[in-house]
Amino acid sequence: MRASIAIVAGFLLTALFSLSSGARDTWPTPPAADIPPPQVSGPLQGGTADHTKFDQLKGPFSSGPEVTVACLGCHTETGDHFMRNIHWTWSYTNEETGQQLGKRYLINNFCTNSRGNEGMCAQCHAGYGWKDESFDFTDETNIDCLVCHETTGTYYKTPNSAGNAACSVMFEGKPPIDLAAVAQSVTLPQRANCGACHFNGGGGDNVKHGDLSSALKSPPRTLDVHMGVDGLNFACTACHITNRHVWAGSRYQVVSKDTEGTGKPGQRTDVATCESCHGLSPHPVDSLAGFKLNDHVQSIACQTCHIPEIARGGVATVVDWDWRTAGKTKDGEGYHEEGYIQGNGNHRYTYKSIKGNFTYDEEFPPAYGWFDGQMLYTTIDTQFDPQAESIEINGFTGSREDPKSRIWPFKRMHTWQPYDKGNGTLVYTHLWGEDDAAYWGNYDMGKSIAKGMADFGLPYSGEFGFIQTISWWPITHMVAPKEQALGCGDCHTPQDSRLQFVEGVYMPGRDHNRWLDIIGTLLVAGTLGGILIHGLVRFFSPSHGSKGEHH
Amino acid sequence: MATRRVKIFSLFERFWHWSQMLLIVALLITGFGLHGFHDLFTFEEAVTLHTSAALALLLLWIFSVFWLFTTRTWRHFIPSASGMWGVLRFYSYGIFKGERHPYRKAYWRKHNPLQALAYLMLKIVLFPAIWITGLAYLFYFAWRDVPHATQWLNGVAVVHTAAAFMILAFVLIHVYMLTIGHSFREHVMPMINGFDEVDLTPEEEAYLSKDQPGDIR
Repeated sequence: MRASIAIVAGFLLTALFSLSSGARDTWPTPPAADIPPPQVSGPLQGGTADHTKFDQLKGPFSSGPEVTVACLGCHTETGDHFMRNIHWTWSYTNEETGQQLGKRYLINNFCTNSRGNEGMCAQCHAGYGWKDESFDFTDETNIDCLVCHETTGTYYKTPNSAGNAACSVMFEGKPPIDLAAVAQSVTLPQRANCGACHFNGGGGDNVKHGDLSSALKSPPRTLDVHMGVDGLNFACTACHITNRHVWAGSRYQVVSKDTEGTGKPGQRTDVATCESCHGLSPHPVDSLAGFKLNDHVQSIACQTCHIPEIARGGVATVVDWDWRTAGKTKDGEGYHEEGYIQGNGNHRYTYKSIKGNFTYDEEFPPAYGWFDGQMLYTTIDTQFDPQAESIEINGFTGSREDPKSRIWPFKRMHTWQPYDKGNGTLVYTHLWGEDDAAYWGNYDMGKSIAKGMADFGLPYSGEFGFIQTISWWPITHMVAPKEQALGCGDCHTPQDSRLQFVEGVYMPGRDHNRWLDIIGTLLVAGTLGGILIHGLVRFFSPSHGSKGEHH
Repeated sequence: MATRRVKIFSLFERFWHWSQMLLIVALLITGFGLHGFHDLFTFEEAVTLHTSAALALLLLWIFSVFWLFTTRTWRHFIPSASGMWGVLRFYSYGIFKGERHPYRKAYWRKHNPLQALAYLMLKIVLFPAIWITGLAYLFYFAWRDVPHATQWLNGVAVVHTAAAFMILAFVLIHVYMLTIGHSFREHVMPMINGFDEVDLTPEEEAYLSKDQPGDIR
């Protein structure tokens, strides 16, 4: 009886195993549907209300804030919640370094600074009307609910101030927005909502991040295994889980090594790490390689192998920006030049009078380094040697010896940008404005810096130059399907290892002791030589042919 | 004293020898591939083959150690200085003169003194050096957080690689030795069918003829 039970159980197990392995052959791509299923948005799915049925949203609305008042009429606590998040404050204080960070204060090496340029830059502030220091951050009705929640695709924002005529012309002639229709369309944020700003950071599609581009609005699974419309169709918030309008996942303090994994059901909804879904042993242990891969999780970020290239999907990213060449005019007018055709066939500007020269790249390997999650920013307050060859906008720390560090992929951004040559600081440039100091219109960098600094009471020596700056962008999106992940030999190889510049660890295949290899080769060659000589002497010795006996 | 053909390598010893040979050749080829000396395999294939072969070899060694001690055959590997000079002199001089090999195989001493010493060193120095470092290498991630783990790993890798070079040199000499004396074929045959010519005492001859007639021809 027992034996027969065992046999039946064995059969069942075998059947189960073959079933599951059969299922994995097509995993995880279901057949492509004509109409993709709704985007997956994390725990809040399905919804309990149809916003088209709310009288409050019938309108008519004459402005965005009127819609916000309607939203807050039902969502009574949302205003209070929302005004605490970084999309609203643009301000972040690093608890460990005490540095004042956030878009409101930082300098980057793209358009350099939003401060003083809010009339333009705060288009991407999740609020209405921030054009200068007078903006009221305590007024809930300034919140822009629609930019994140509308789904008609007809909603757009324009700069909060007019700017110079040369620039404002770009925003003319847009169709009016039917705010009632837009308000009734609200749902959980879709990729296109987040992408309206995050895909266009730095002034254009994928310019800044390299792993966030318009290609992710409707990506195939091969571009992003999580967001693929023919795969899991995740919205951003499936991973960037939201609690009271505060999102998991931070670039200021990155969780570089998650040691907790999935947690129990209902837990761990506050992180956007790979491990929070995939656990701490993500690879199936069905082979020795799987066993070793799970070991690697301790030293290597998932992104390092699973995002083999930056800027995949046909949209290029800017890797080099040269402000030194900005300001050239033709007949007194600014102009731009096209010179790069990216993967999806679109032209990109390689020169703009208002910004200088750009160099693009796509589908290129990241830079790699030990990263503990901590970024050290060069802010407007940071003094450095004015003769320095280059400075890091956001240097990062980490090492093999640090238990929080893992090897991460980065996009490296190189820029020549203006700085205060006398004081050794970066500068706020006044780019956007209607006045005659605004660089975008008058092309006078000295004037633009003088006003950019003076407006915030900052010292400026009056002498500017251009300095090379580097910024580092941890790469974490556009996760490729596993069959496109890097193989062992991409790193464990003596030539052109992906990790050839990563120090602090001995990697078999990449590393070797030169002297040991020389001595070892000599030993083996010497042995062969000795055998050859011994054999030749035997062969030519007078008694050749006579046999000795046992050795 | 009579010279007879006697079974000196049991079935287990022959199985041990040849499977060890195959595994060591596989380990040398894949190991030097992992080290970056050639590209016959992808790194993943090489790791898989190398690790599988190493684990199989460790299992084989566990069985062989058990066998050596339960059958008392470990005594064949006890080093002895007696007769060493003669063997050394033969390989470096006498062989060229067509002299006869000075060592006679005995039933309880089937290796000459140089052989016994070489195999002993292999067993107690080179093999432990390579398997201890190999296991440390394999399970590096279990001790990566001890202080100075990367320096230790570097040392582990150096010892492992150095031992591999020496084992390769041993293999080359070992194979070359088969060409000395009898024909290559006659040297290999005992490790295939188990029988070789051995000097027997009258007591051994009588015992084998009576009690183990299958082991003597």
